[in-house]
Amino acid sequence: MLGLIAKRLLLAIPNLIGVVIITFLLTRALPGDPAAYFAGPAANKEAIEQIRVKLGLDRPLPEQFVRYVKELAGGDLGNSLTTGQPVVTEIRNRLPASAELTLFGLVISISIAVPLGILAAVKQGSWIDHACRVVATAGVSLPVFFTGLLLVYVFYFLLGWSPAPLGRLDVFFSAPPQVTGFYLIDSLIARDFGLFRAALSQLILPGVTLGVFSLAPIARMTRASMLAVLGSDFVRTARASGLDTRTVILTYAFRNAMLPVITTLGMVFSFLLGANVLVEKVFAWPGIGSYAVEALIASDFAPVQGFVLTMAILYVALNLIIDVLYGLIDPRVRLEG
Amino acid sequence: MKRREFLKSALAAGATLSAPAIFSPAKAQSRQETLLIVSESGPNNLDIHGVGTNVPGYEVSWNCYDRLISHEMKTGPNGQPYYDKDKFKMELADDMKLGDMSVTFKLKKNAVFQDGTPVAAKDVKWSLDRAVTVGGFPTFQMAAGSLTKPEQFVVVDDNTVRVDFARKDRLTIPDLAVIVPCVLNSELVKKNATEKDPWGLDYVKQNTVGSGAYKVVSWVAGTEVVFERNDKWTGGPAPKVRKVIWRMVPSAGNRRALLERGDADISYDLPNKDFVELKSDGKLNIISTPYSNGIQYIGMNVKNPPFDNPKVRQAVAYAIPYQKIMDAVLFGLAKPLFGAPANAPTEVAWPQPHKFNTNIEKAKALMAEAGYPNGFETTISFDLGFAGVNEPICVLTQESLAQIGIKCTINKVPGANWRTELNKKALPLYTNVFSGWLDYPEYFFIWCYHGKNSIFNTMSYQSKETDTFIDGAVTAAANGDKATYEKDVEGFVDQAYADMPRIPLYQPYVNVAMQKNVSGYAYWFHRRLDYRTLVKG
Repeated sequence: MLGLIAKRLLLAIPNLIGVVIITFLLTRALPGDPAAYFAGPAANKEAIEQIRVKLGLDRPLPEQFVRYVKELAGGDLGNSLTTGQPVVTEIRNRLPASAELTLFGLVISISIAVPLGILAAVKQGSWIDHACRVVATAGVSLPVFFTGLLLVYVFYFLLGWSPAPLGRLDVFFSAPPQVTGFYLIDSLIARDFGLFRAALSQLILPGVTLGVFSLAPIARMTRASMLAVLGSDFVRTARASGLDTRTVILTYAFRNAMLPVITTLGMVFSFLLGANVLVEKVFAWPGIGSYAVEALIASDFAPVQGFVLTMAILYVALNLIIDVLYGLIDPRVRLEG
Repeated sequence: MKRREFLKSALAAGATLSAPAIFSPAKAQSRQETLLIVSESGPNNLDIHGVGTNVPGYEVSWNCYDRLISHEMKTGPNGQPYYDKDKFKMELADDMKLGDMSVTFKLKKNAVFQDGTPVAAKDVKWSLDRAVTVGGFPTFQMAAGSLTKPEQFVVVDDNTVRVDFARKDRLTIPDLAVIVPCVLNSELVKKNATEKDPWGLDYVKQNTVGSGAYKVVSWVAGTEVVFERNDKWTGGPAPKVRKVIWRMVPSAGNRRALLERGDADISYDLPNKDFVELKSDGKLNIISTPYSNGIQYIGMNVKNPPFDNPKVRQAVAYAIPYQKIMDAVLFGLAKPLFGAPANAPTEVAWPQPHKFNTNIEKAKALMAEAGYPNGFETTISFDLGFAGVNEPICVLTQESLAQIGIKCTINKVPGANWRTELNKKALPLYTNVFSGWLDYPEYFFIWCYHGKNSIFNTMSYQSKETDTFIDGAVTAAANGDKATYEKDVEGFVDQAYADMPRIPLYQPYVNVAMQKNVSGYAYWFHRRLDYRTLVKG
């Protein structure tokens, strides 16, 4: 197992080097001149040149790249011009917000999609199978910003059940002391249940929005892979041996159907991090996605590079976890690995 | 469970479900003393002298720092409080003596910075030196009032500062009342400055170190800024609001929902359509004020054909669908700058409407006269950063110009790229806004029409006559020669409207929506909120 992890990590190194080079070149290839943008509306040519020199953008590209890599090695991702803060601090503050939201959305999605998929496979062709198909299709065809705005309109504006869509906490709460950066966990550590409730109530709408969006692939994949497994010999044998349906489905069939579901989960998690951008915009969520988009609009290189790099590292880590999970679920994979 | 009991428990559950909207009494109390502002974007720097400080950053500076002088209030065009550009009031200064070639300020004796240090003349000098030295926007703005060298700021004694004029310029005193010449706690900044950063830009970016009415107690970039009242403030009557929370809510729909639900107190950058609907609902206070000295216009590059031909430019001016733009794009929330009666005299004022109206027949005739009976092809460009207004304007203009044979392709320029494109001065046809902090006609014309070709002269317009009029007006204003000044202002306005290098469309409105229990909003030249006069409850 450790050997597998080490081998995987070694393989990730060329990937990361590639990402560093490509993000650097891509951000330089973006249209737009950061110096002109940040010189302000009233700047003349000299003022823009002054800013260009201050930002080091007057140096030749290779020189800029060497400086970038040097700083990167020292853990410095540069400064964002749009927010005025070091990129490392910003990512450290914002990544937990995005991760908490994404994981919460994923948990909602799994807790609905997996049972739904199993039921649909077991009772193939029944109303629940059709319901599964309708829910999945509807979920994937509704753009997240639309679902988000609709939920805000109904549950905040009309019914008043949900708190104002003002980000992670209502304005009159202050954040818990940071341990994990996840407000749900940190507020429990601080034993502040009022705060936990406040953080949870802010999470529900955006979480559901993301959950609805990711129902489809998980439910459909669970159904398909359950169908395949349910039709296989060992399930027939289990049934023939007189095991009760519950044991057959959950212990024998589902465990074997989980591999493709786990793969899909990995993919869903990555595209949820992307879909986050819009959900973060709608719910004023101080996450990493909206940060990157704003930086991109302003041709603000440093955060874009930092964002892509963080995401690349996240994916490498995610893939590693999925591979390890494979081994735990299915011993055959372990042997081959 | 019996049916009745079940209903009861369901009702109870319903009541707890709506609980988040009810606040504990302590929270309600702090809500009463706190103002919640929601807007699309927030500051990137708390220091207006910083590199690339954005417009929301100006709001922080205005509320957290004092200047020597500021403006009195008067009643504006909409019956609301409006700054009086001609009347100054003392802020940090106790007294202002205007000499022939200098002005002397005595500082308030009891003025202190937020850390308790008294405000001294050396702080004023250091701060003004900083503004003219750091480069970029602050230096540029100071130069607009002929304030360019540190030698112009002289410490007379601990309590007195003199500003020497480089030349006679009537914009010098108003330029001391804009946001840029704010006074910083020089000793505190110097303590936190480094050799590489002698003006402490890094420190002041994160900390408000002024003597102003508010101080920033927490700032999470892109998320929120929290201000608290500075009870030691001496610049004016004590502000009523104890705490201001400014949250960034990117979605306009949600900003509106927050206002309508009564959760947010003020918002000011909603789409025009929302403002019109909110106004007719009557649940909120909506105040609309035209931008002072600001114009949305259609510009044409006069250096290159076909727009180097004044006949073509006039044809375009006759082909713009002015009224449609007013109705369909702005929902009436703007002041029209077109269609003045043919016999209306030119006024000594700016902005003022021109005499063009939509008249396709006349436009066609002018195109034929100009030698383009079959029209031509061109592109019309706009800044995607303000697409909500710019895009429909360009689409309507495209449609209308097609009728006189001008086929336009629409060129959408991303916000980050817009200034680069404008600076190249190569866009043939485009829409843009210009507005000046200093509300004087000649100020607008120096930047936008003068032959010295500043970056705001986006048309590359060159005219000897116009330059003579503008220079004449500047000199006449400095010398108080009213008759010449008026003649010159009328001269350059007439010239601009005869040559038509840019076609004014309208004066945009600053729209502010606030709860009924919020009052005290005042319009300032910078168009941002002044928390000091706001009252809640």
